[in-house]
Amino acid sequence: MNKNYFEIIRAGINSTFQDLGRSNLYHIGVPFSGAMDNRNFLLANKLVGNDHNDPVIEFAYQGPHLKYHGDKINIAITGDVSFKIKKGDNLIDGECYQSFILENNDELDILSTNKSVYGYIAISGTFDLQFQWSSCSTNTKAKIGSNNGEKLSVNQKINIKEINNNFMNRKLNYINKKIENIRVIKGTNFNYFSEEGKKIFFKNEFKVSKLSDRMGMRLEGKKIENIVDTNIRSEGLIKGVIQVPADGNPIIMLSDHGTIGGYPKIGVVVSADYDRLVQLTPGSTIKFQEVDLNSAETLFKLYDLETQNLISQI
Amino acid sequence: MIKNISNLGDAALYCDFGKEVNKDINTQVIKYFKTIQKKNIAGVNNITPSYNKLIISFDLKKINFNKLKKAIDNIEIIKGDSIQNKKFEIPVCCEKEFSLDIKRLEEKLKMKEEKIYESFFEKEFFCYMTGFIAGMPFLGDLDENLRAKRLDTPRVKVPKGSIGLTEQFANIYTFESPGGWNIIGNTPLNIFDSTKEKEPNLINPGDLVTFKRISKEKYQNYHE
Repeated sequence: MNKNYFEIIRAGINSTFQDLGRSNLYHIGVPFSGAMDNRNFLLANKLVGNDHNDPVIEFAYQGPHLKYHGDKINIAITGDVSFKIKKGDNLIDGECYQSFILENNDELDILSTNKSVYGYIAISGTFDLQFQWSSCSTNTKAKIGSNNGEKLSVNQKINIKEINNNFMNRKLNYINKKIENIRVIKGTNFNYFSEEGKKIFFKNEFKVSKLSDRMGMRLEGKKIENIVDTNIRSEGLIKGVIQVPADGNPIIMLSDHGTIGGYPKIGVVVSADYDRLVQLTPGSTIKFQEVDLNSAETLFKLYDLETQNLISQI
Repeated sequence: MIKNISNLGDAALYCDFGKEVNKDINTQVIKYFKTIQKKNIAGVNNITPSYNKLIISFDLKKINFNKLKKAIDNIEIIKGDSIQNKKFEIPVCCEKEFSLDIKRLEEKLKMKEEKIYESFFEKEFFCYMTGFIAGMPFLGDLDENLRAKRLDTPRVKVPKGSIGLTEQFANIYTFESPGGWNIIGNTPLNIFDSTKEKEPNLINPGDLVTFKRISKEKYQNYHE
């Protein structure tokens, strides 16, 4: 019997368990999955004293409303998130990047992410989850991972296997930077597009469409004209690839993407910008800026260093 | 052989085996895939073979493009390591409720339904790759007269088990998914099982596949 658990009063829009995801399975059609915003995932775990790859709850837009039952436990929320903690009759405004204690019958209500998409809940302990290919990450399209590959739903219980009695108060001063300029490296089919199309890609703004999810981000803008072929022989994809199908609107592959695709690749988002890319909400604008491979590698080094610095400050 | 290696973004190698699609080139791709897989190169986190390309993605914290390219340039393909072809016979029911696009194909190909099925069921297919969705096999080659384009507007939901045709290929939808292939039937056989972690895919690259027509009654009473 699990004596420590969360009762789900409201599940939220897309709440799933995630960790760093699963690798070396593209060849059978299984994508990485894992937390969309890697930095905020790592920070959440560090704030409650966990290992860096421990499972967390990822939510999008409106998160879950949870009631806690059991022994006291340490919790942290990361992202740009509005939430409330209810202790008896007291309703407290929650603060991100700061651990806090939940006790029996306390409630955690994740109201919304602010001008961003994803946020994370980490606990000082271990969720009781099933793993597939050494990862709990839920892929709702392929029904792979914890919770039978489904997102969280109302009235279900989230069982906690173990609490690690790590009740230290931890805090970090951090504000998520918003970026609209996304840096990209030219794709392998860059020359499939007209001179005008290439110009549009790097000069014009695109709008993030509502049809965006963990699989991909669709963009709307001036049509990018293809002058060679609107199809290529199906081949492997990686996250961050920007494909342009016949309608001329780019689609960026995100963490749950199909592993093979047949649309020309106009560019690939640099690794350093991925965490911030996924946080762009529908309706926001995005502009692509070209960089070369060397600069992309340097940008990633800097980004990773910054993440490591933040982790060491906790 | 690999004709050219370029970078796909900052964390993947794009190995190009040329433009053609045939068994020989695909067999080369699969040999490279298996050799690199066995090498366990630190930092490599995915290797994706397709008809005539191999994409190797890596963790930028552990290795970078130039270092990995050097390793792949110097790799020696294990000789005599022939690919083992397993053979499968996939049962397919072609009742109206399952053959969603057969009428459309009759028009596109200017062929009668019976002729389309005759040609399809006679063929032995070669599995070029698996993916897009988990476990989906890409099988070739269809006879010239069976080659049709994708649907103009892809379906939002293609039922699990659907057999689709497009261009020179056939595939099997391992679970319900969006898709634009011409659907001609449905198999009751489970092609992907995520609970079998070691071998979740029934069909793997290099395998040989034939299809066998079954009645609706057989379909309904099918037990694996």
